[in-house]
Amino acid sequence: MNESIYRLAGVTKVYDKHQVLALGDLDVHRGEVLAIVGPSGAGKSTLLRLLNFVEPPTAGTITFDGHTFGPEDTVPLAIRRRVTTVFQRPLLLKQSVQANVGFGLKLRGIRQVREEVFAALDRVRLRDLARQKATTLSGGEAQRVALARAMALRTDVLLLDEPTANLDPYNVGAIEAIVEEVNADLGTTVILVTHNVFQARRLAHRVGLLLDGELIEVSPVGEFFDSPVDPRTAAFARGEMIY
Amino acid sequence: MVEPPSLLPEANGLAGNGQAPRLERRIRYAFADRRFLAMLGGRNAGSFFFISGRGKIIRALAGFLHETIMLILSGDPDLIEIVSLTFRVSGIALLFSSLVGIPLGVFLGLRRFRGRRLLISLLYTGMGFPPVVIGLLVYMLLSRSGPLGTIQSEIIPRLFTPSAMVMAQTIISFPLVAGFTMAAVMGVDQQLRQQISALGATGYQTARTVLMEARTGVIVSVIAGFGSIISEVGAVMLVGGNIDHKTRVLTTAIVLETRKGNFELASSLGIILLSLSFLVNLAMMLLQGRSFDE
Repeated sequence: MNESIYRLAGVTKVYDKHQVLALGDLDVHRGEVLAIVGPSGAGKSTLLRLLNFVEPPTAGTITFDGHTFGPEDTVPLAIRRRVTTVFQRPLLLKQSVQANVGFGLKLRGIRQVREEVFAALDRVRLRDLARQKATTLSGGEAQRVALARAMALRTDVLLLDEPTANLDPYNVGAIEAIVEEVNADLGTTVILVTHNVFQARRLAHRVGLLLDGELIEVSPVGEFFDSPVDPRTAAFARGEMIY
Repeated sequence: MVEPPSLLPEANGLAGNGQAPRLERRIRYAFADRRFLAMLGGRNAGSFFFISGRGKIIRALAGFLHETIMLILSGDPDLIEIVSLTFRVSGIALLFSSLVGIPLGVFLGLRRFRGRRLLISLLYTGMGFPPVVIGLLVYMLLSRSGPLGTIQSEIIPRLFTPSAMVMAQTIISFPLVAGFTMAAVMGVDQQLRQQISALGATGYQTARTVLMEARTGVIVSVIAGFGSIISEVGAVMLVGGNIDHKTRVLTTAIVLETRKGNFELASSLGIILLSLSFLVNLAMMLLQGRSFDE
């Protein structure tokens, strides 16, 4: 469990001379669910973009499964394809549900995607909607389709950017159950970014607090909530931090 | 039944050789049709502009439509030649401008680089450029004293040929295709682009997917490009010369017939141009399935 899939060393990200991330060091263990909590604007989504290799860091290195990449390095497509993200909004294509779920597989040149697509749709319990246009789905259904699209790829890492924000309790429960299942059954490493401390407590093995782009504390879920080291973590966990 | 005043060239002294061209003879046959004369009501039937009163205008319009149908049904080889050249020139020009304009539009919509704003400003200027000025530019480029006129090459078109017309129309339509494609691509949600990339797409795959998402706007760009050249007359007149059986297209034929006073024939050609343009646009939309209903 403690083997690192990610190792971040001295990572910073600067946009227009404004530093939005100064992480220091962070290890992500293979097969764990790591929740990064923090208020809006703390740099959580930026962190996910770096972890998905969509953007390079301004300084520092990101080591992924033994491969180290700095600001100037080009990340090979094969590495990029071992990680995927589900964003807060479902961001589906104007196609059928089935086509959306199979989209990532087709990008990888896989032609026969039907079996994988329906297996993923079964996991999110939306097989019946396979032929429906994605634009006609409800918010919760669309987010489950987005999750199915990511799961069909069977990537090593699944990055979730506030995946249940603005969803009703039923869909929040359904998505949390799917995430737990993916982590337990497929061994997928999940990095969940959320400002919902309750969700972090329910899903994560470890939790990290990000404040103003700085990683304050990362610890196992029990310690994070019951005996935090940093007073800011304690304040955030108790819901006393104003943001 | 009163015989309508003849508007044929020989009757008006516009063409004195006594031998009316074939296309004009068709019109004479149309006028000879008794039902048509009855429909027009006799007096001043030959000219739309001399008819007063709503009923007479409607009758005259019906007459033009009848005449147009007769002209189409006659299968006149001259008409077929003009229509076919019109669509060949504009079709090839649209193909070239789409081949250049769509990738350029996607590139400008997706990439950020130094000089992008300048390039976009030039493109927008091109979108509003008067076709006749482009015709003049192409004329000067291809004329014997122009920079391309002296080069002996298969790929450089000669003046007063359909190829020169294609070149002028390509230059007219490509800024429209590129500009509208760029706007359509920029309209695709920025986060969706990130999502496509996060799913493991290469740069090319991202561009292709974004283009598919923007397809309604891209069709509009092609339709706008087509509209700008099928109805264009200044440039094709300048670089084509409106030579019978060689570079005469629908728009230049309309200008010629109007100048000769053949309003019926000019109107009929106009109706044919409008109808064919409508059919082409309709076909483009049908080809794209339900994109417009989304």
